[in-house]
Amino acid sequence: MHTLPLALVLGASFAYLLLLFTVAWWADRRASAGRSVIGNAWVYALSIGVYCTAWTYFGSVGRAAASGLWFLPIYLGPTLAMLLAWSLLRKMVRIAHTHRITSIADFVASRYGKSRTLAALVTLIALVGILPYVALQLKAISSGFALLAGTQGANSAQGTPWWLDTTFVMALLLAGFTIAFGTRHLDASERHEGMVAAIALESVVKLLAFVAVGVFVTWSLFDGPGDIFARAAADRSLAPLLGLTGSSGGEARFAGGQWFALTLLSALSVLFLPRQFQVMVVELVDERHLRRATWAFPLYMLLINLFVLPIALGGLLHFGRGGADPETFVLSLPLAGGHPWLALLAFVGGLSAATGMVIVEAIAVSTMVCNDLVMPIVLGSGRHTSDLSRLPLQIRRVVIVLLLMLGYLYFRIAGEAYALVSIGLISFAAVAQFAPALIGGMYWKGATRAGALAGLVAGFALWAWTLLLPSIAKSGWLPHGFVADGPFGITLLRPEQLFGLTGLDSLTHALLWSLLANIGLLVAVSLARPPAAREVAQALRFVDVFRSDRQAGGTATVRWRAQATLAELRQLAARFLGAEPAERLFAEYAQRSGARRIERIVLDAQLVRHVETQLAGAIGSASAHAVVATVVEEEPLGPSDLLRLLDEASQVRALNRQLESLDRLKDDFISSVTHELRTPLTSIRAFAELMRDDPDMATAQRQEFLGLVVAETERLSRLVNQVLDMAKLEAGHGQWRREAIDLRELIAHAVHTTSELFRERGAVVTVEQPDEVRPLMADRDRLLQVLLNLLSNAAKFVPQDGGRVRITLSTDARGATIEVQDNGRGVPPEQQRLVFEKFRQGGDASNRPQGTGLGLPISRRIVEHFGGHMWLRSTPGQGACFGFELPWTHDTVGDQS
Amino acid sequence: MSAKHVLIADDEVNIVISLEFLMKREGHRVSVARDGDAALEAIRRERPDLVLLDVMMPGKSGFEVCQAVRADDSLAAVKILMLSAKGRDTDIAKGQALGADAYMTKPFSTRELADKVREMLG
Repeated sequence: MHTLPLALVLGASFAYLLLLFTVAWWADRRASAGRSVIGNAWVYALSIGVYCTAWTYFGSVGRAAASGLWFLPIYLGPTLAMLLAWSLLRKMVRIAHTHRITSIADFVASRYGKSRTLAALVTLIALVGILPYVALQLKAISSGFALLAGTQGANSAQGTPWWLDTTFVMALLLAGFTIAFGTRHLDASERHEGMVAAIALESVVKLLAFVAVGVFVTWSLFDGPGDIFARAAADRSLAPLLGLTGSSGGEARFAGGQWFALTLLSALSVLFLPRQFQVMVVELVDERHLRRATWAFPLYMLLINLFVLPIALGGLLHFGRGGADPETFVLSLPLAGGHPWLALLAFVGGLSAATGMVIVEAIAVSTMVCNDLVMPIVLGSGRHTSDLSRLPLQIRRVVIVLLLMLGYLYFRIAGEAYALVSIGLISFAAVAQFAPALIGGMYWKGATRAGALAGLVAGFALWAWTLLLPSIAKSGWLPHGFVADGPFGITLLRPEQLFGLTGLDSLTHALLWSLLANIGLLVAVSLARPPAAREVAQALRFVDVFRSDRQAGGTATVRWRAQATLAELRQLAARFLGAEPAERLFAEYAQRSGARRIERIVLDAQLVRHVETQLAGAIGSASAHAVVATVVEEEPLGPSDLLRLLDEASQVRALNRQLESLDRLKDDFISSVTHELRTPLTSIRAFAELMRDDPDMATAQRQEFLGLVVAETERLSRLVNQVLDMAKLEAGHGQWRREAIDLRELIAHAVHTTSELFRERGAVVTVEQPDEVRPLMADRDRLLQVLLNLLSNAAKFVPQDGGRVRITLSTDARGATIEVQDNGRGVPPEQQRLVFEKFRQGGDASNRPQGTGLGLPISRRIVEHFGGHMWLRSTPGQGACFGFELPWTHDTVGDQS
Repeated sequence: MSAKHVLIADDEVNIVISLEFLMKREGHRVSVARDGDAALEAIRRERPDLVLLDVMMPGKSGFEVCQAVRADDSLAAVKILMLSAKGRDTDIAKGQALGADAYMTKPFSTRELADKVREMLG
């Protein structure tokens, strides 16, 4: 048989990997430039093709050569899953995107109350379950390589030291590439555009290569499919391959149970394998792409399976039974036909299938291991260094290397004894254990954490007992006795005939027991014990994700006690996301929530949820929940809250409560206004009656009283005006103008208006301002009102004769700042917070100035309307400094905040 | 009727002026406190016969002053007339529950107030 020079095969492999890397790098660059190449339904559908691994590429032919149409269920399952379960997939996608879920472990944990135990368990199952699958890819590359380069004899795994073993080197190389693809930077959404582009390309390459070999075999080695099938049918040893009998051979009857098991298994795998979840759910950029994928992916499966049987039969006819390993027919047929270049292309196709799987799987699993196994331990150890933002990436890199090394180990232990397909099915059966918890969790509100935990543990244990251990035993690494006779000779516990169940192949047997226990326990335990409050909240969010998107991601269900300061949350975010992304996160939130500036963000449940979901992107939802809980104490949901959650009318009642509290606010306002109105009225009435009852009152006394009556009347009208003004501002009915304002002129105007006031008090007013100031867009009269308010306040508080008031105007790129500093007594710290509240006047009883207690609240409203904010700085004894800052321009929005 | 000592406790300057004039015209000796703490201190020090006590004052509220006075047996003779711009029934009830001898809402009639004071001191 022909072979190729070792250097050529190595070179081609390396060149191909480099090509992939270049494509990924290019796609990443495009993505960061805002011109994504993966925002395309075709790319998405092709990336799902990562389902077809080396197992498909080499293993299907092997299986077809051994048992005919038995390779089909593994492709029938995904096809059915995509066609029939697409609404399930859509729901999964919607839930994952709503809650920023980044892995299958995250998904399960999040559904069951953000349980860290569940996250860890799912991760563990995925890790253990996926190892055989990784081993399979290594085995495929290794045997293909050996065949192509003609090094079979020299490269037998037992012959060479492990460090020279090409498989080992390949594993290391793949780890390096995966690290380069998937862990270059930490992205909160765990999206890897470059990787997706490379995977889509790989899907094309492996399809083309496989079809090319198929065409070659069918039309070059033989005379078309008719020829192959006719010759196979004529061969007595090959004829049974064209039927549907059980794979274990024997009787010629259609083994429906086994077909069903395999189809179900692969249908579940296409949905729940970590790498499928990664490409189908996490990497999906637009939900609409799903539609095309539902038929494009099955089409892809059809195309890549079209030539499986012709190649298998062709190989058997060409080499004769036992003449060559059917799993490498894809390579050996072109070689035997004298087309080494086609063989090389086929090898690259196989390499493509293997690397695609390894890269995506390793990224997905390393994310899970990092977020759900390692980070919780790091966080739990309490050794919180200041910056943890680089730690997740480092953990992931280590995990990727470990994963490939463990895969290699499994390959050395069990790989030689098993066919590719059998190894893959062991992985499939492990992943199938996620199905009850996931599907149950998406459609059944009653599924609980305890139920999911019990089901998963039981399913996983049975899987290990009935499939994993026998596979290791059959490889000779464990005594074979316990498979044949049961542990300690207890035949009832024989792994492949558990509880005396015989007559099934080992896979159907394992699947039956593990899923039966899994589903049974999930249902039984869920029904037996009521779920915790938090689980119910999450259950509603998941199951009703379409019904109430807003509510699900909203604030209605969880309330927070504002024990965290904003600063603590910011610190926390900076620690995990890095300082800059964290600042960006808060700045964006400020914009969106209408707070406009980070410092003014209101700490509420919505903010806490926002921070938590962003962190969930980086460290998983369970960990994120735990760390956020360290600074924010969640108010536990009591039984009454639960009832409220479950009550369909809860929204209406929440609204009612809001209205009630608004009513109370209004009552408070009216009560305050009433009080403020009655006070001057009291004086006016008292003076008037005193004068009426005392006609002989001295003129001087009468004059004094009349003066006071007039002053109190003025106070009354001022109050009425300001109450109306405030009411208008609060109702949002104010007439706002937008005009270019010369701030220097505005200040001069205000100073002039108040000059008489200051002259009476014997105070000096100075102005410090730049020589030129660009115009500011706002309502001139309103700004004048603010300035006059600050100046008249200052006039009230400066000492008689000797008062000094300094007005400072300064500008920067964002806007202008005006401050009014006086040399009065200042505002005591305990009152500083109150001065901007309605009817809270400064000053003490002995010389309470004549004010309404509404001036500052109104001023602050006005400033905020134009996107600015207002403050007070004061050290008692050193005067007070009221200031405000306004942006140069600002999109006028409603002044509700 | 001998001259009695009346303490006016209110933080509104003009109300104090009018009350002071009224009480002096009635022939009483008058002292003034501008907030709750000053009022309590003045009551303890001067033991007035009657206090015109505003409810809404800085520092201690009128209610708190009233409660403190009634908790002190040595001040049992001090009569308390509460004045408030809050005229709700609950406020009146609260004042009486705390031991105020009478309660009038602002704005008040000077004649009624004078009559009430006369009656209380009678």
